[in-house]
Amino acid sequence: MSDIQYLPGKEPHPCEHRMIFKNIDRAGWDPTIDCYLNDGGYDQLQKALTMEPQAITNEVKASGLRGRGGAGFPTGVKWGFIPPHNTKPVYLICNCDESEPGTFKDRYIVHQDPHQLIEGMIISCFAVGAHTAYIYMREEFPEAAIIMEKAIEEARAKNFLGKDVLGSGFDVEIYVHRGAGAYICGEETGLIESLEGKRPYPRIKPPYFPAALGLYMAPTIVNNVESLCHVKHIIEMGSEAYAQLGVARNTGTRILCVSGDVKNPGYYEVEVGKITMGELLNDVCGGPKEGRTFKACIPGGSSAKILRCDESYTIAQGDSEQTLTFFDIPMDFDTIAACGSMAGSGGVIVMDDSRKISWVLNNLNSFYAHESCGQCTPCREGSMWMKKISDRIVDGHATPDDIQTLEDVAYQIDGRTVCAFGEASSWPVEAIISKFRDELTAETSEDNDDLSEEAKQQLQFISE
Amino acid sequence: MDTPTTFPPFAVTAEIEAEADERISHYPADKKRSAVLPLLHIIQHNFGFISKDATVWVAEKLGLEPIQVYEVVSFYPGLREHAPGKYHFRVCRTLSCAMAGSADLMDRLCELTGIDRSHSDSHHNPIAVSPCGQWSVEFAECLASCGTGPVCMVNDDFHEAVSPDKAEELLNTTKA
Ligand SMILES: Cc1cc2nc3c(=O)[nH]c(=O)nc-3n(C[C@H](O)[C@H](O)[C@H](O)COP(=O)(O)O)c2cc1C
Ligand code: SF4
Ligand code: FES
Repeated sequence: MSDIQYLPGKEPHPCEHRMIFKNIDRAGWDPTIDCYLNDGGYDQLQKALTMEPQAITNEVKASGLRGRGGAGFPTGVKWGFIPPHNTKPVYLICNCDESEPGTFKDRYIVHQDPHQLIEGMIISCFAVGAHTAYIYMREEFPEAAIIMEKAIEEARAKNFLGKDVLGSGFDVEIYVHRGAGAYICGEETGLIESLEGKRPYPRIKPPYFPAALGLYMAPTIVNNVESLCHVKHIIEMGSEAYAQLGVARNTGTRILCVSGDVKNPGYYEVEVGKITMGELLNDVCGGPKEGRTFKACIPGGSSAKILRCDESYTIAQGDSEQTLTFFDIPMDFDTIAACGSMAGSGGVIVMDDSRKISWVLNNLNSFYAHESCGQCTPCREGSMWMKKISDRIVDGHATPDDIQTLEDVAYQIDGRTVCAFGEASSWPVEAIISKFRDELTAETSEDNDDLSEEAKQQLQFISE
Repeated sequence: MDTPTTFPPFAVTAEIEAEADERISHYPADKKRSAVLPLLHIIQHNFGFISKDATVWVAEKLGLEPIQVYEVVSFYPGLREHAPGKYHFRVCRTLSCAMAGSADLMDRLCELTGIDRSHSDSHHNPIAVSPCGQWSVEFAECLASCGTGPVCMVNDDFHEAVSPDKAEELLNTTKA
């Protein structure tokens, strides 16, 4: 791969291991099928079509691939959840909603390397027995929708799609379905409702696990763009070689998207767990901005719990314990979870000592208050209340009691809602309060009294 | 609310009809409802927003009640019930872009276009249009390019690293 040249200024960092992003910013690369074919494109499809579908699923299982969309669920295991004696059509959906704040990786694949995704999707369709697949793409990628549809046309013209793909007897079609600017469409059951032409109200699990009761109540596999691209490379390398990448139970590569207060924000594809937080932020991203120090970091998209950069964590490892500082954390799913947060979507958001934590909190609360679908009361009301309280804190009108109220509201959301948005909106609040309580309290005052005249009269009435 | 608009009134042409039929064919024959968003996108693209007449047309086309279409229109932030400006600016409001200065970018755009956002609110009235009807602005949530903030979309064009001092330059791209 040493012959690959990248555009000036866009060269990968030496720590990177480019696989999924091999062609991103590559010199002389374009999204046409000819370019892709010249580079060995669709060879893995040919290979996969000679395999038994079950053998492909077994390879994906053995590779240890975990979903790159947020939850990190093993992809092959998910595929195995399609009911064994199913008679309904099976659907595959590629989740290209990419709406988790801090995440910006799928966008490059669909803009610059559409055929990698198509090849990964066709192989996945063949493995799970799907003849129709949809790419659910966020509305804010209008150019990507055009690029993907053109690429689908090209693939169909070469019979990689359509009837009897390459004489294998397997039929498959892929369509692009555009969303309309709602974050909740990234949640897989909300996505399915949206694709059915309704409001994207998530469905309750159980019973509506998509692999059993998904699109049109038929078995449906929903996977992230990056996850589906990995399938192609698993076929190419074989599961054993693939599983050599990364660390145990956290195999392969993943794309980390770093934004916020670092010298060189950007996307970096690394072996999972082979790089620590310190190496990522200090070496790869060039460290904090001039004269600044790192304060806090959200390691896996805005819904992940915030970490303080001066913290350390004691985590169990078998019978022994290990203490890690923030900068020692290896970037894998399990260790980040053991440190109380999650690797999520790979979106790393960094804040330095110039940022007020109340302002960060308020920005996130505004996001979740805007994006709650409104179906469950704790989430709909709670996300709005949390925003109102943090509005007061940043405006300097809050009382110390408000911090407690905010925390109480957060803990009354998570675990009580239809979908994981409840956790997504309350975890950031819970973590910010528990880790920065003093800083938040310092912005409040006992003298603040924000009650309206009406509220005061009511209180008086109650106390009399 | 009677700002001048640059969009044609809703009218179904043969092209639109054909494009709609093509989109409908992407879904199982008994699942036409799935084509609601694709059809609404065609309408918004051609007419700037989704009028009541357009809602009724989509409903008839898909064998639905108009309310089933309207509940979709009224839910999604990406679908509009009123005309935006000829050039619609969506500035990302979320954390990484906010750290990079997107609030100042929005203020600067309003200053340069004479747009008054004082009556805007993110839920019910997100879009503010300039008095001449040429421009409109809206805060969007994370546009998935957080490493190059502040980011801003102008209609379907995407712009990265638009620091507030580049607002004028960005605006000039709409004046050619
Ligand atoms: C509120 C919410 C938003 C989500 N947004 C996305 C998203 O934008 N993209 C994505 O791939 N997964 C998203 N997910 C995760 C999906 O529900 C689903 O787990 C994922 O697409 C499965 O793919 P994977 O197994 O390949 O990771 C979101 C989940 C929740 C709860
Ligand atoms: S948790 Fe929130 S986003 Fe999820 S279904 Fe309930 S109201 Fe909707
Ligand atoms: S925060 Fe602006 S693009 Fe993600």
